[in-house]
Amino acid sequence: MTVSAFFFYVFAALTIASGFMVITVRNPVHAVLFLILAFFNAAGLFILIGAEFLAMILVIVYVGAVAVLFLFVVMMLDVDFAELRAGFMRYLPVGAAVGIVLLVELVLIAVSWTLLPPGSLALKSPIPPSDQVSNTQAIGRVLYTDYVYFFQVAGVILLVAMIGAIVLTLRSREGVKRQDVAAQVARSPETAIEIVKVPTGKGLSS
Amino acid sequence: MSEIGLPDYLTVGAVLFTLGIFGIFLNRKNVIVILMSVELILLAVNINLVAFSAFLGDLTGQIFALLVLTVAAAEAAIGLAIIVVYHRNRGSIAVDDISMMKG
Repeated sequence: MTVSAFFFYVFAALTIASGFMVITVRNPVHAVLFLILAFFNAAGLFILIGAEFLAMILVIVYVGAVAVLFLFVVMMLDVDFAELRAGFMRYLPVGAAVGIVLLVELVLIAVSWTLLPPGSLALKSPIPPSDQVSNTQAIGRVLYTDYVYFFQVAGVILLVAMIGAIVLTLRSREGVKRQDVAAQVARSPETAIEIVKVPTGKGLSS
Repeated sequence: MSEIGLPDYLTVGAVLFTLGIFGIFLNRKNVIVILMSVELILLAVNINLVAFSAFLGDLTGQIFALLVLTVAAAEAAIGLAIIVVYHRNRGSIAVDDISMMKG
């Protein structure tokens, strides 16, 4: 067994095991942590197959942003997760049946898949030899030329998601004193001060 | 069994995809775990895309995996924002309670 085969089995087994733990553990915080482990091992698989840029993006985007977001929400919401697990066993037989059928079909396809011999396919953007052009550079050359519109649309999707998340979660609370810039700027000496004559010995009672 | 080929990567992707589907069935009441299962499914899709990209020698698969990653990040952000708003309004995130729009 070669070293790369050994690492493939290690990463694949850890990815699948942590994926299984994500859906079965009781504590959702543990589920998020196992999700992070699954992402790390998937990144290892990507590195083995020669997609270093995607591996790094996977670690940054998934572990650094998505998983931390999940962790944040799980810890922020005060939810009784034991109550949510009721019915766990009730759906187990149906889920297991569907899952096993799906898995058998997918694995049958995966194992019986054979690629045409190299050179017989018209490749859209062939991978340049890795000793001349790094993976990141090769992706950049293709992404910013042939797929530039897809890249722009991805940016728009992220912008819409950002604005949507802000609009959804923003709320104006009642009874909170906020700075009102327009009111401050509109102040003039006439509206700000009042000149009164104070009678001797009487004081002011407004 | 020494040479790791396309079927091995596709099998990993298939198992991960099945785990995601299974997770949706198993945790039918917990929206957060359902969202995590969707993330697992998208990870399986990415593994398939990158495996085909590498074994065909075509970079297109990696570009598409990048776009899937973008959509997954946007989906997680919007989904979690909806969960936070829903929890604020109703005090619960159980899937069975989400029936306000039922006619």
